[in-house]
Amino acid sequence: MYAALWRVLPGPTWLRALILVLLAAAVVVACFAWVFPALAPYMPFNDVTVQ
Amino acid sequence: MTPPQIADPPRVNHGHGRVAAVAGVLGEVLVTLGVLMGLFVVWQLWWTDVVAGRAQAQIVEDLGWQSAAPAPTTEPTTDPTTDPTTPPSPPAPVEHRTAAPVIAEPAHAVTFAVMYVPRWGDTAMPVSEGTTKHDVLDAKGIGHYDGTAMPGAIGNFSVAGHRTTYAKPFNRIAELEVGDPIVVRTQDTWYVYRVTSSQVVKPWQTDVIDPVPGTPGATPTVAMMTMTTCHPMYSAAERYIVHSELDYWMAASEGTPVELEGKG
Repeated sequence: MYAALWRVLPGPTWLRALILVLLAAAVVVACFAWVFPALAPYMPFNDVTVQ
Repeated sequence: MTPPQIADPPRVNHGHGRVAAVAGVLGEVLVTLGVLMGLFVVWQLWWTDVVAGRAQAQIVEDLGWQSAAPAPTTEPTTDPTTDPTTPPSPPAPVEHRTAAPVIAEPAHAVTFAVMYVPRWGDTAMPVSEGTTKHDVLDAKGIGHYDGTAMPGAIGNFSVAGHRTTYAKPFNRIAELEVGDPIVVRTQDTWYVYRVTSSQVVKPWQTDVIDPVPGTPGATPTVAMMTMTTCHPMYSAAERYIVHSELDYWMAASEGTPVELEGKG
């Protein structure tokens, strides 16, 4: 999977590494901004009310 | 520099190569999931604190209730019409033990009070209406149970707050001891409560926020407050409950409760 990704990326090694770092950063941002906030309500440790 | 060699396993045996490739991809997927779960923990325990902490500090600042004490000495940009009329020495604090003034319950998600717990420091924590997660507890901090008493009222002023995430306003709730002051301020009034008891209950034991906890339907005679949060920490199997009772109230114009002095 990641080996295939490495082969698909263009350019010399340093450029591929740079693209990978940017991709990873984008994944982290997307997770922090949208994915995790959407998942959090289903987590079992955030209930603080009696109901 | 050559790419990692794991990409091209020697294809000696076609069947084994395919199994190895599938196993390799599966392994990579699992490792990726593990990293993402680790990221989720980082987000939940750290990033939600950062975001909610900033937001809640801004909410308190926007209320503009900061008493004269922490006012900066240099204020070239502030509106000159606000402060100059304040006398240099405020009147001596007056502790009222009569019926307290009570504000009406505001609309959902409106911030109507700030809470200080001197044992935890001098942080002002906003209190907003409602106990829904996405728009109150996760965003604005402490939430007031709909329909329970308002600060100072006879009955049970009940609030909920996160303990480990989203700026964790009630993080140190287990440190509270009987007699500890809990100070609530609305725009015009300070209310000083004192802790009377702590307990751990099951999540469905809603009687802790009844007007008279443990006695459904009873008519309340004292002004009390109840704080609820999750328990144990990083779980929500139970709830940690702290009850307190109103000690006295004071108009905001009459000064600052002594419980908050020396905490600046």
